[in-house]
Amino acid sequence: MNQMVTAQWLLGGESIYWTSAGKWSESFADGALFADQAGADAALAASQEFVKQRVVVGPYLIEVEVDSEGPKPTSARERIRAAHNATFDIDHGSWTARISDSISD
Amino acid sequence: MYRYDQFDATFVRERTEQFRGQVVRRLAGELTEEEFRPLRLKNGLYLQLHAYMLRVAIPYGELNSKQMRKLAFIARRYDKGYGHFTTRQNIQYNWPRLDDVPDILKHLADVEMHAIQTSGNCIRNVTADHLAGVAADEVEDPRVWGEIIRQWSTLHPEFSYLPRKFKIALIATDQDRAALRTHDIGLKIVRNEAGEVGFAFYTGGGQGRTPIIGPLVKAFVKKEDLLSYLDATLRVYNMHGRRDNIYKARIKILVQALGPEEFGRQVEEEWLRIKDSVLKLPDAEVARIRAYFADPDYEKLPAFWPEFEAQKKNDAEFGRWVRANTDPHKIDGYAAVTISLKPVGMAPGDITADQMDVVADLADEYSFGEVRATHRQNLLLPHVRKQDLYHLWQRLKAVKLAEPNIGLISDIIACPGLDYCNLANARSIPVAQRISRRFSDPKRLAEIGELRLNISGCINACGHHHVGHIGILGVDKKGDEFYQVTLGGSSAEDISIGKILGPAFSYDDITDAIETVIDTYIGLRNDASERFIDTYRRVGIEPFKEKVYGSLKERRSAAE
Amino acid sequence: MVVLKNGVPQPNEWVRVADDATLPEGAKVIVSLERWQAERETLRQRNAAVGVSLKSDQSPLLVKDDLDHLSLVALEFPKFTDGRAFSYARVLRDRLGYRGEIRAFGQVLRDQYLFMLRCGIDTIEPPAEKRVEGYAEALKEFSVFYQPTNDHRETALRLRHGLAESVAA
Repeated sequence: MNQMVTAQWLLGGESIYWTSAGKWSESFADGALFADQAGADAALAASQEFVKQRVVVGPYLIEVEVDSEGPKPTSARERIRAAHNATFDIDHGSWTARISDSISD
Repeated sequence: MYRYDQFDATFVRERTEQFRGQVVRRLAGELTEEEFRPLRLKNGLYLQLHAYMLRVAIPYGELNSKQMRKLAFIARRYDKGYGHFTTRQNIQYNWPRLDDVPDILKHLADVEMHAIQTSGNCIRNVTADHLAGVAADEVEDPRVWGEIIRQWSTLHPEFSYLPRKFKIALIATDQDRAALRTHDIGLKIVRNEAGEVGFAFYTGGGQGRTPIIGPLVKAFVKKEDLLSYLDATLRVYNMHGRRDNIYKARIKILVQALGPEEFGRQVEEEWLRIKDSVLKLPDAEVARIRAYFADPDYEKLPAFWPEFEAQKKNDAEFGRWVRANTDPHKIDGYAAVTISLKPVGMAPGDITADQMDVVADLADEYSFGEVRATHRQNLLLPHVRKQDLYHLWQRLKAVKLAEPNIGLISDIIACPGLDYCNLANARSIPVAQRISRRFSDPKRLAEIGELRLNISGCINACGHHHVGHIGILGVDKKGDEFYQVTLGGSSAEDISIGKILGPAFSYDDITDAIETVIDTYIGLRNDASERFIDTYRRVGIEPFKEKVYGSLKERRSAAE
Repeated sequence: MVVLKNGVPQPNEWVRVADDATLPEGAKVIVSLERWQAERETLRQRNAAVGVSLKSDQSPLLVKDDLDHLSLVALEFPKFTDGRAFSYARVLRDRLGYRGEIRAFGQVLRDQYLFMLRCGIDTIEPPAEKRVEGYAEALKEFSVFYQPTNDHRETALRLRHGLAESVAA
C-alpha cells in the first residue's frame, strides 16, 4: 500500500502534503508517494523538523491507492481533507443571492 | 437580559489578553502543541479537518440584536460568511485562522461575549430552556440561575482540569425542552412541599459511548445552597472520576460505579462541610441578577386577534408555519417564534451573515431586541405580538428562514460530521440534506407529525442520536461510511434511549431505510394523533426491523 | 533547582529523599507517602522538618492524622491535565485546616499557576525547561475573580455588594 505524509499548517490549519522536494503543498496531487514503509517512515521523521519550527502541526501517514485516474486516499476522511472543503455545496457566498432569485420568479 | 458590569467586562478583557498571550507563546515556541491544545480548547478553539474551528459561547442561549450583528460581522470578516448553531446553544465558525482568533475574541468582548469554556475538560457553557421567561407554567426564570452558574464556573480554579468535560443544563417546567437528563448535571427548578423554590439535581446523565439517563441524586437543594452543592458534586468528581480511560471519565461512569445513592451520600458529606461557607449565595446578588431578566414592556393585548385568525385560515402556508413554528406565550397577545435553521437541503444549524443581520433587525422590530438559540439548532424570537406574525413570516420567508418544520421530521439535529470534524467517522450533514429533501412535501411532513430525527457522525453523540425518536449514527467500516439506526429515543420529559434496529446501512441506503421506517409507522399507528414515538412504544422494534430489512433485500435483488 | 513563591524564585530548602536512601542529617526532607507510613515513628523523632509527597492518586486524607508532624505536603501533577491535586489542596486547607507549606511539582505550567495559588498551594517547582519569569507574569493576568476560595482574593460578588474587607480600587 502506498503512503503519504500529511499535516496541517499551524496558522491556518489547512491540510498539507509532503512533497518529494521535502516541502509542503496544499495540493494532494503534489504529495510524494512512498511504496515502502522505510521510505514513509523516513519522510515522516524528516517532516518533524517543520513541527519544531512551528510551521506545521501533527504530521502522520495516510494510505493512498493509485488507479487509472491517479492517486487518491483510501479513507473517506482523507478524501474529504484532500478536497479542502465539505462534500456538499456550501455555497454560502451566493446563497442569499440565490434566495432572492427564487423569490422573484 | 444580563449586562456586564465593570467586573465582568474587565474579566472578559483579561481573559482575551491571556489567550492572545497564549497564542504568542505557541508561535514563539514557548508552548508545544501538546501544551497549547488544552489551553486553546478551554477557549473553544479546535483544529478540525480543514481549518481551526472557534466555538463561541451563548450562555443559556440568549443573545441581543447587537450581539447577533457582531456574529454576522465575524462571519464575514474572519470566516466564509456563515456560522453554525450547535445543540449546546453555541455558535461555531468553521474557518478562522489561529492568528486571527485573539482579534475575534476582542470583537466578541466588545458586545459582552466570549468563547470561554466552550470546550475542554472543564465546566462547559451552561444551557437552558429556550422558552425561559416565556412559558406560562415555569416555576421561576432559569436564566437568572444560568447567569449565576456562568459566573461561578468561569475559570474555576479547582475545576478547570477535570477528568472530562462537564455540561450543566437548566429547566423550570415539567416539559423538558433542554434534554435535561442527558447532562452531567441537569438542574430542574422545582417547588417543594413547603412551597419553597429550589433545585432538583439529576446528576450523571450523558450520551456518548455509554448513554445514561441522569438519576435524581437530590430532590431539593435550596437556592442559597446551589453553589455549595455544585462545588461538592464537582469535588467528588474531580477527586474520584476515572482518568485512566477517556471513555470512562465522565461523571456518569462514577455515578454508575458507586450507585446514585452512594454517590449522593459522598456529595452530601462534602456538602455539609461547606454549605455554610463563603459559597452561600447572598439574596442581594440573586436580586441584582434577577433584575436584568425582568419582563420587557409588554403591551396589554387581547388574547384573541380576529385578523390573525383570518390570516391563518386564508393563507394555508402561513397557517402551517404558525402551527409548527410558534409556541404560546405567558402574556396574552404574544407568541414565541422559532426560526427554522433547517430549510430543505441545507446544513442544519447553518446561517449566513446576511441572514443573521436580518434576524437582528427582526428582533429589534418585533421582539424587544431578543434572540435565543435552541438546543435543536434553531433560533427563537421570544416575544412577538400575534398581530405582527404575518409580516414577520413574510420577512423570514424572503430570506429562507420560514421553513414550517419545527418538531417535524426535517427539523433534524445534525453534528458537523466528517465534512468538518476531526473525530467523525461519517458525514452527517449530507445525510440530513437527503432526508430533508425526501420529506420536503409540507403535507407529508404534517401527516407524519411530531418526529425527532437526530444524526451523529460518531459515537461521541454530539448529534444526540441516542435520544432521537429516530437516531442515526455514522460508523466507519474500513474507511467507508455506514449508518446505524436507533428507534425510540427521546430527550424530553419522557426521556428514553433508542434501541438499535439492526445492521448499519450504507450512505446510499440510509434514506430509503428511514423512509421505510416512516411508512411502517404510518401503517401501524392507531390514528393520526398517535405520534411516532407512541406507536413505537406500543408495538416495539420488531415490525420496523422486519419491514426495513425486508425492503432492503427486495431492493437489492431488484437491482441485480 | 529553584522554587517559586508568589512568582518569586526562592532557594529550595528541601531535599527529596528516595525510599531507599539515607536521610541527610539536619536537612529538611520530603519523603514518599509509603516511606512516611513505614517509618512514621522514626521520622517524627527527627530534629529537622519532614514533608510528605503525594502522588495524584493519593488523597491527603491518607495523612489527615499526621498533619501536625508534617511541615510540607507536596502534591504531584504527573501530567498538567491531571487536576486532582487542585481539589487535594483545597481539602488540605479547608477541610483539614492544614497551615504548613503546600507545594506543587511535576508538570506544573504557568497557565495553571494562579489556579494553584487560589486553591491554597504556596510553592511550585517549575519544570526545568520553562521560563521562570513567565510564572510571575501569569499572576498578573487577572484582577477579577468569581469564586470564593480561601486565598484572600476578593470576589466580584463581594466587591459588588460592598462586602469586601478592604475594597480594592
